[in-house]
Amino acid sequence: MVQKLLVKGNEAVSEAGIRAGCRLFFGYPITPSSEIIEYMARRLPEVGGQMVQSESEVSAVYMMLGAAAAGERVMTGTSGCGFSLMQEGMSFLAAYHLPVVVVDVSRHGPALGNLDPSQGDYFQMTRGGGHGDYYTFVLAPSGVQEAADLTALSFDLADKYRMQAIIAMDGVLGQMMEPVEFRDPPALELPAKDWATRGKGNGPKHDATGYTLDPVVSEQRAVAMADKYDLVRATEQRWEAFETADADLVVVAYGTAGRIAKAAVHMAREQGQKVGLIRPITLWPFAAKPIEAVAQTAKGFLVAEMNIGQMVEDVRLAVNGKAPVWHHRTLGGLMPTAEELAERIRLLVGEVSTHE
Amino acid sequence: MNETAGKPVFTPTEGMTGKPLHYCPGCSHGIIHRVIAEVLAELGVLGRTVGIGPVGCASFCEQYFNIDWVGAAHGRAPAVATGVRRAVPEAVVFTYQGDGDLAAIGIAEAIHAAMRGEKITTIFVNNAIYGMTGGQMAPTTLVGMKTSTTPYGRIAAEHGQPLDIPKLFAEIPGAAYVASGSTDSPKAVLQTKKYIRRAFETQMAGQGYSIVSVLANCPTNWGMTPVQSMAWIRQELMPHFTMGELKVPANLEPAKGGRPE
Repeated sequence: MVQKLLVKGNEAVSEAGIRAGCRLFFGYPITPSSEIIEYMARRLPEVGGQMVQSESEVSAVYMMLGAAAAGERVMTGTSGCGFSLMQEGMSFLAAYHLPVVVVDVSRHGPALGNLDPSQGDYFQMTRGGGHGDYYTFVLAPSGVQEAADLTALSFDLADKYRMQAIIAMDGVLGQMMEPVEFRDPPALELPAKDWATRGKGNGPKHDATGYTLDPVVSEQRAVAMADKYDLVRATEQRWEAFETADADLVVVAYGTAGRIAKAAVHMAREQGQKVGLIRPITLWPFAAKPIEAVAQTAKGFLVAEMNIGQMVEDVRLAVNGKAPVWHHRTLGGLMPTAEELAERIRLLVGEVSTHE
Repeated sequence: MNETAGKPVFTPTEGMTGKPLHYCPGCSHGIIHRVIAEVLAELGVLGRTVGIGPVGCASFCEQYFNIDWVGAAHGRAPAVATGVRRAVPEAVVFTYQGDGDLAAIGIAEAIHAAMRGEKITTIFVNNAIYGMTGGQMAPTTLVGMKTSTTPYGRIAAEHGQPLDIPKLFAEIPGAAYVASGSTDSPKAVLQTKKYIRRAFETQMAGQGYSIVSVLANCPTNWGMTPVQSMAWIRQELMPHFTMGELKVPANLEPAKGGRPE
């Protein structure tokens, strides 16, 4: 019989990280992510690992950079201002092609905002939140089981492509408890870390750096990054599609909002409305493929987000003018209710029908 | 006839790659690079050393050291070094940081690495000015000293007093070895080399954080010849910063002539 544990989302990502081979965690406490650093402080010594509580998130990200450069699987968890403070280092990690896993248990902002769940970090996560020209993996679970599964997967994706992976949690996903079965992701063939800076021994030296004043070298490096991102866009988009085949209206929502939207779509289907859901699981690479496909037949899209309208831009790019795209926003750290989304769906299904 | 004729008077150290340095003529970065490389070669640890670079004139110094290297963002070298150290317990890890890198933007990372007693070594290069960006004020700029951001001279009431890094770090319990040397003369360079060796020995003995402050020159931004700049280190910088060995672990005898003045 499969063992299931009743754990918080923050504990699930922590344990999944440890089971994926993470033995070093660097972080700074911030609500609503602090159970992660506490879990790691308790659990890592039991498996021969270490948790280092840094003096700031700025420092934490560079501790990760050092350990990742040395070839170790490393992880941090943060939220809000802490995630902002890490962005300088995220830019360096990208330039150095270093794999790390960052859990962002996002809370309402800007500034300190409040401690409640939000999807306000979408742009910061999906646009390369630091300076310069780069992307990171962004994986968005909508429940505690999926948070564990995606964390396990994220370490393999990070190692395979030598990229950072962000787990896009929020205050609800981090704090709520659900039964979880910890399981290994499908085995990926991973490249050897022959670039690791652990001391050169008798071989040639390794440098983890990203600085040159030669624009020709800079261009070569930038092209290598761009080619990698193109490959990831082509091969690593993930999503859940629900009842989209005959849908007149397609709801697009991720994470907590995606979970609530699914309940709303169920309610609408019970009323006989032709509604479907696309729930992007990868926010970067954005799950554009299923949206491009369904835009051939759907008459309209509704994007439900807990922010002022961020992912809606990616949906509009994917729909590319083929159908109207509406936005349903929930702000201030609040969540939409399934009933309110079902009502919005009912009105919009009526509207797209009149356009026939 | 010169009795040294036919005999080598200089041998490159295997600790350096041999790539020509990019520094300005007369700059002491090259001297400091060389003594670090010599110490690592003499200790026989080139194969298990990881250097962490700064942002400043030494941003590109990975190409000169024949060891593994990680470049840090401005001021973050002690955090990067912490990550490498925790990942590779058998490695010898050091940071190479200037006065802006360590004493301004990276003071939090540096102090907390020392506070944790992180088993790393920091070589702190203090020339009292920002070299790479073109001669702006550093936290160690002397009062009255003109820089491009203190065109009327550093004013204590407005900019504060220069920070005496070795003195500050000697107060931190996790800092096991703290020394302050110079590059103004061959004798001073040899003394500094001794400090650097003892700093690495402190790390390798697992005794905690070690830091060697090295007073350096900047002929370009000081507007001096290299010879004038060395005299200026002696006359102006050395009186303002605590010199010598400030803190020595119990098992190490203080170096000869290494007592604080």
